[in-house]
Amino acid sequence: MLLTVLFISTVYAAEPDYEISKSLKDSLTDSKAKSRDNAIAILSEDLSEQNILVLNKLKNGLVYYDSQKEIFLKESVESNCYIQPSTSQKVCNLKLRRSGISTLQKKKIESILLKSALFSSNDSDRAKAVKKLLEIESQNDLPSEETIDKLIRQESQKEIYKDLKIVEALIQSRSPELGVQKLISCIDILEEKGNAACIQAIDRLKLSTNSEVSQRATKAASSLSFSKSISDFFEKIFFGLSLGSVLVLAAVGLSITFGVMGVINMAHGELIMLGAYTVWIIQQIMPQSMGLALFISIPCAFIVSAFFGILIEHFVIRHLSGRPLETLLATFGISLILQQLVRTLFSPLNRAVATPEFLQGSVQITSNLSITCNRLSIIFFSLVVFAVIVLVMKKTRLGLEVRAVSQNRAIAKAMGIKAEKVDVLTFGLGSGIAGVAGVALSQITNVGPNLGQSYIIDSFMVVVFGGAGNLWGTLTGGLIMGIANKLLEPVSGAMLSKIIILIALILFIQKRPRGLFPQRGRAAED
Amino acid sequence: MNELILQEKFLSKETKGFLLITTLFGILVVILSLLGESNPLHLPVYVVNLLGKYVTYAILALSVDMVWGYLGILTLGHCVFFALGGYVMGMYLTRSIGAQGVYGDPILPDFMVFLNWHELPWYWQGLQYFPLAAVLIVAVPSLLAFVFGKLAFSSRVSGVYLSIITQALTYAMMLAFFLNELGFGGNNGLTDFKTLLGFSLQTDGIRIVLFALSVLVLCLSYLLCRSVLISKLGRLCIAVRDAENRVRFIGYRVENVKLLIFVLSAAIAGIAGALYVPQVGIINPSEFSPVNSIEIIVCVALGGRGRLYGAVIGAILVHIAKTCFTNLMPEFWLFALGALFVLVTLFLKDGVAGMINSWINSHHAKTEMRMA
Repeated sequence: MLLTVLFISTVYAAEPDYEISKSLKDSLTDSKAKSRDNAIAILSEDLSEQNILVLNKLKNGLVYYDSQKEIFLKESVESNCYIQPSTSQKVCNLKLRRSGISTLQKKKIESILLKSALFSSNDSDRAKAVKKLLEIESQNDLPSEETIDKLIRQESQKEIYKDLKIVEALIQSRSPELGVQKLISCIDILEEKGNAACIQAIDRLKLSTNSEVSQRATKAASSLSFSKSISDFFEKIFFGLSLGSVLVLAAVGLSITFGVMGVINMAHGELIMLGAYTVWIIQQIMPQSMGLALFISIPCAFIVSAFFGILIEHFVIRHLSGRPLETLLATFGISLILQQLVRTLFSPLNRAVATPEFLQGSVQITSNLSITCNRLSIIFFSLVVFAVIVLVMKKTRLGLEVRAVSQNRAIAKAMGIKAEKVDVLTFGLGSGIAGVAGVALSQITNVGPNLGQSYIIDSFMVVVFGGAGNLWGTLTGGLIMGIANKLLEPVSGAMLSKIIILIALILFIQKRPRGLFPQRGRAAED
Repeated sequence: MNELILQEKFLSKETKGFLLITTLFGILVVILSLLGESNPLHLPVYVVNLLGKYVTYAILALSVDMVWGYLGILTLGHCVFFALGGYVMGMYLTRSIGAQGVYGDPILPDFMVFLNWHELPWYWQGLQYFPLAAVLIVAVPSLLAFVFGKLAFSSRVSGVYLSIITQALTYAMMLAFFLNELGFGGNNGLTDFKTLLGFSLQTDGIRIVLFALSVLVLCLSYLLCRSVLISKLGRLCIAVRDAENRVRFIGYRVENVKLLIFVLSAAIAGIAGALYVPQVGIINPSEFSPVNSIEIIVCVALGGRGRLYGAVIGAILVHIAKTCFTNLMPEFWLFALGALFVLVTLFLKDGVAGMINSWINSHHAKTEMRMA
């Protein structure tokens, strides 16, 4: 196979469209990393498209060579295929040696590439490069003032021009000889932007010998720190909402089954895990289109988890009716079996689930408050799923029967509702929702055999807090728990916040033993 | 299940049988381990040590059976008391190390020196004295059980809710003990113990003594549970299990009954933990993990609930199986444990002890028929 590939590639070798000079080859294939300095120098003399590509590959450690000192560029970290720059041929599965670089050289390449991007004729490349300049923490790494000045004079795009002005202000803020007026106008510009680098610059200006400048800087710094604390608070709320909406998704299925059948399914967490693994499997099947795979896996995960849930109901839970504690034990056993099954089938290690393009990135709201797309879409997704469940419960025949059985099983049966059928369907529905929750979770945490375990206790707490069998209780409970978690975390650390929440929950149950919104019933034994 | 307990004498047939078998087993193991190395019947000390560990688990299972079998509360976090008792013992053993540690600090344990602490936290004070440690081994778990029980029972949290909260309790404790700032050795826990009451823990003699002590404590705990069960409190406890509201309507304070039994059970679990630690040589936060508590529950379920000796049989069987499986095929243990849960709850409602009982009863019935 490999031989044929090689054979074909030699037969159809195209005319060399990119020549690697001998000195460059030598410096790339030398075993010492020091000689890479030479290669970087040669490459940065002429920043052609090909040279920039090689620099990029070198930066990411994707440049390889064989025993004939032939250079190969690896496609990506995960792939085993290489491109030969001289022929643009693709070859796979070779034994090659890597041309490694030191971190200092990596930094050097980065600054070269940044500089070349700053002078790029492509607007979006240039905009990205200038944005990068604003993120640089230490201002010693910024380009010289002449460079920026030159760029400002050339710039036609308004947005980029604005950003360049801020970079200029960052640089000028370091030179007190520019005079008071100049410095104060710098502070104005920096305050308007207000990101981390700007705050650093303003803090430095606070120490200025000139009282006018230092006063102005102090004022700017305090207003910036105030707005930062506000946006931090909102960020925590947002994180809390996203965690809470995941908890709602995880707990809602549990809540429904508990409300209808009075049994707690300890294997619920493992059903969530199965949903997450479904995403991984489908992404393995269709690696070309991650986004589509994610959408396909929503119904698939529902079906997979629902199938397992119905199996559990049919073979175990049905035979333990009226014995809730035994059911709890039996389902716990099932959860152990499912976990071990996943470990044996897929390995005990975590699996990498890819996040599609459209979920990466973030929405910038203010200069220091940005919201990541995947969390935003999870909040949205949870609300949609929740709305669908509410509609099913309120508007369909099944929902009516489910509500009837959960309120009073005996009377519902007397009215001709087949309670056993409702049990199976409810269990399928609850388990399916767990699978869908797994799809959402696969986008924010590691997918591994213990995924379910880490969320199950939290979901239980949501059910206990919100009141079992009540959808709105689960929604409120989940969101409150999520937000409380995230607000406490920075104050007391992640573990302690969990403990505090648990103690708070135990105390809350003193007041309301059946949760926020208890189910109404007439039985004395409730 | 327990219809007959009301007319039972303190030393019922089962109790006598249990005590006899346990004592014989203890004496036999000690004698076999004292035989010479060359003797084919010689028991190596590591086996005695292992058996001692099983016996401590049996004591724990006994305490769980009090709460689950006789009080009807499925506790999924009983290891919290076991581990707390173990930690108190671990603290005492750590203080006994003295200046023999790696850093050689006469007062501070190694991990505190490592964390740059300069003085002993207040809750470590005085633990170099065994009498205080012995009191705390019982007191700390009892106190936690009292506070938790008071809160849970007075608000009438029951059934599945209560089970989940007990599980959350042990989970929270596990997280807490993982913290380095708490001063219990973080995730490494307490280990490298040297001596217990001045005897080196590495010698064979002390291991055999610890085993014998565990067997003795098992018998004593059994007798204690028995004496509680045939008292009025025990009858109330069974009444609460079978019809809680009726007991309340008659005018008894149900929560007090629950609280007493729960605290007693926690104290026994704490003692079991304290015996466990010197035999294993380490105590760390993983002892709090919810799965451990669940394993004990499955021991009780397999042995048979509400019989005391059932819990002991179950604990021994499950842990023997666990040792075999984890040595032969470690992957298989969780499958087996999971299957055990499902099968016992579905097909063996009264556990092994129930099976033995019904077999004896039918045997009796047959002999009586013949006599007639």
